[in-house]
Amino acid sequence: MATLSKTAKPDLKKLKPYGDIQGDGTVQLAFTLPVEPSPEAREAAVLLVQKMGYEQIKVATMEKAGEGFAFFVVYGNLKHTIDFTQIKVLKVDSKKRGRDEIDEEIRTKIGRKLKVFGACTGYDAHTVGIDAIINMKGFAGDYGLERYQWIDAKNLGAQVPNEELLKIAEREGADAILVSKVVTQHNIHIRDLKDLIKRAEKAGLRDKMIFVSGGPRLTHPMALECGFDAGFGVGTKPSEVAGYILDELLRRKEKPVKAKAKKPAAKKKGKTK
Amino acid sequence: MAHLQLDTGLIDRCRELAERIAVPISGMIAKNTTVAIERAVLRLLGVEGAVRESQGQFFPEVNVIVEDLHKEKALGKGVLSWFVNGMIQKKMTAPELATVVANRKINLLTLPRASDKEVAAKAIELAQKSVETLIARREQRDALRKKLHDPFDPTGKNGPLIYVIVATGNIYEDVVQARAAAQAGADAIAVIRSTAQSLLDYVPHGATTEGFGGTYATQANFRIMREALDDEGQKLGRYLRLTNYCSGLCMPEIAAAGALERLDFLLNDAMYGILFRDINPKRTLVDQHFSRRIIALSQIVIHTGEDNYLTTADAIENGHQVLASQFINERFALNALMQPHLMGLGHAQEMDPEHPNVFLKEIARAQMTRDIFPEAPIKFMPPTRFKCGDIFYSHLMDAMFNFVGVLTGQTIQLLGMPTEAMHTPLLQDRWMSIKNAKYIFNGAKDLGREIEYKPHGVISEWAQKVLTDTLAHLEMIQAKGLLKAIEERAFAEVSRTETGGKGYDGVIERDKGYLNPFFELL
Repeated sequence: MATLSKTAKPDLKKLKPYGDIQGDGTVQLAFTLPVEPSPEAREAAVLLVQKMGYEQIKVATMEKAGEGFAFFVVYGNLKHTIDFTQIKVLKVDSKKRGRDEIDEEIRTKIGRKLKVFGACTGYDAHTVGIDAIINMKGFAGDYGLERYQWIDAKNLGAQVPNEELLKIAEREGADAILVSKVVTQHNIHIRDLKDLIKRAEKAGLRDKMIFVSGGPRLTHPMALECGFDAGFGVGTKPSEVAGYILDELLRRKEKPVKAKAKKPAAKKKGKTK
Repeated sequence: MAHLQLDTGLIDRCRELAERIAVPISGMIAKNTTVAIERAVLRLLGVEGAVRESQGQFFPEVNVIVEDLHKEKALGKGVLSWFVNGMIQKKMTAPELATVVANRKINLLTLPRASDKEVAAKAIELAQKSVETLIARREQRDALRKKLHDPFDPTGKNGPLIYVIVATGNIYEDVVQARAAAQAGADAIAVIRSTAQSLLDYVPHGATTEGFGGTYATQANFRIMREALDDEGQKLGRYLRLTNYCSGLCMPEIAAAGALERLDFLLNDAMYGILFRDINPKRTLVDQHFSRRIIALSQIVIHTGEDNYLTTADAIENGHQVLASQFINERFALNALMQPHLMGLGHAQEMDPEHPNVFLKEIARAQMTRDIFPEAPIKFMPPTRFKCGDIFYSHLMDAMFNFVGVLTGQTIQLLGMPTEAMHTPLLQDRWMSIKNAKYIFNGAKDLGREIEYKPHGVISEWAQKVLTDTLAHLEMIQAKGLLKAIEERAFAEVSRTETGGKGYDGVIERDKGYLNPFFELL
């Protein structure tokens, strides 16, 4: 403690949350216990937060949020630390650039329009994400793929069955498929994404196109786990997706073998499990 | 209450255009029926059973009966023409006959026929009885409202009604959440449907405990939640309203089930289904009309879905689309014999929160909606589009939304949730939101009566601009025809075609001898 409080710089080997001084580890928590508010309920909240690894626990409020429900706001100082210097995260491998630059690169390096199909699959009816990426208007001042001169993008809309999406993509010779998943109850988004890849493998399409997924609760590692090539989270701009598709296509153009080698490896892994 | 000085000549002209826009649609409605209308007719006669499918799932008897007749192209006469004849021939009640027909032990098409006159007379008698049941249910509901304190005033004079959603997927868990919300101060509970349901061409059967993003709307689930809210309302001394979704491919059936189970509010909007669920326009407009006839009789308040336009089209630029659609929806409702106090026209606070003076524009939109539809129980929807994982900022956005709601006299305020962008609301999210709304609705209760809008100020000018744009939009729609205009993206930047979308094969042209006495009796 003493060494930490002397320095204004964070100790990256022992990273902790910052409240009002370096290394205090302050965290705010909010949760509900399914019991009436009472001194016992308050003590239960403290003990639970203790078990989570906090000390100097302060119950800021205990409120009756309905009969048989106590809502808590609790502050505590976290005991645990993380070595920030050792953290590795899988990230989408792509260079950031604007629409004009991407269009120009497609023209010079690919020499034809890229075909991209997007949809909300399964029962998902929330098209906000796919609309933001594909539709002309785009998102946050970044124009959608429809606006790209060298991308032929089609938004198939909501509740497109996986088999239908693949059928269209195959018929039209898609370069990339974009899948948006918003509804996550009971992990339905994961199941739907995995199902799409399974079907694509069966149809021999898995390596013929780039599979990209996106959604507010999606991350790149999650997408990889589902068998996709990339995953984009909330706030992603159309140019990031377009840039990635182009980069990935160029990578595959250079090393087509590697892309194919991925499939049997993944399959083997599945079998041994 | 402060009001805007809107050009009433423009408003009248908008209403005239909406009336003209609806004329060809009415003609189309009068010529057709749908599988869903025919199923609803059987449900109104008391057919509630289901058959077990090979996968062990229950499938409604009304679907089996109507589909079999549809396959034989016999529905142009109306299901009652065949079914009531069956009742006469077999001397069975409607539920008895439905069970044997659905199990394919009797073929309605090959039975001996009573005279058309006899069948029609019996059909009228049965329909009359059903209508009496609906009226009895309505009276039962109205009596309960009278007995308990009922805070609802369609014109919004009592301040916005606090409306929250539950969406656990399990109707019994929904009950727990709904009771807690009511205890916290909610006046109305909406049970969000499972995300797939609007595209199912049947109503699932029985109490359900699994759904995605919501809970299946079934008659049994309606009953379970209604009973719970009645019980909780007695304890709290306050009438609690129940909402469900009468949209999608089963509009008329949900209207029937909702009427029988004493629902108070139903989301009911063909335009929404066309644009956002890709349901065939003809199908859903025909369905909507019959469902609204039931709703009118049962005095249920509908909610329309114009708020959704602002989630795909920019909310600042496209206010006129919302208002144009509200005028059209008002006309559709009037044509189905609904009165203004049942028209919960929808709109939303969805403008970019970083836009300069955004609240001036939001106040203009909310106030003009109130002033143009003074008798309608306006439904005001919260920000969703710009909601993000920063739940604290989201909570603040909801507070400003609540402020605009109480200032401008909105009738039904669907409370925003701090976790809108993340998951279906947790119990504590709802509790926080209700506390937020109660604080603001109480603190600014009479503010709207204390202020005036500056003539030619920013708010007045914006309202006038939206009204002028709306008139131009309606003129365009009237010139092209509604369906053509929809195809050309008149609303929400979405294009749909007359014969595209789901459920088109369930539209049937009526024969000359089409029998459905409900059209006269409702």
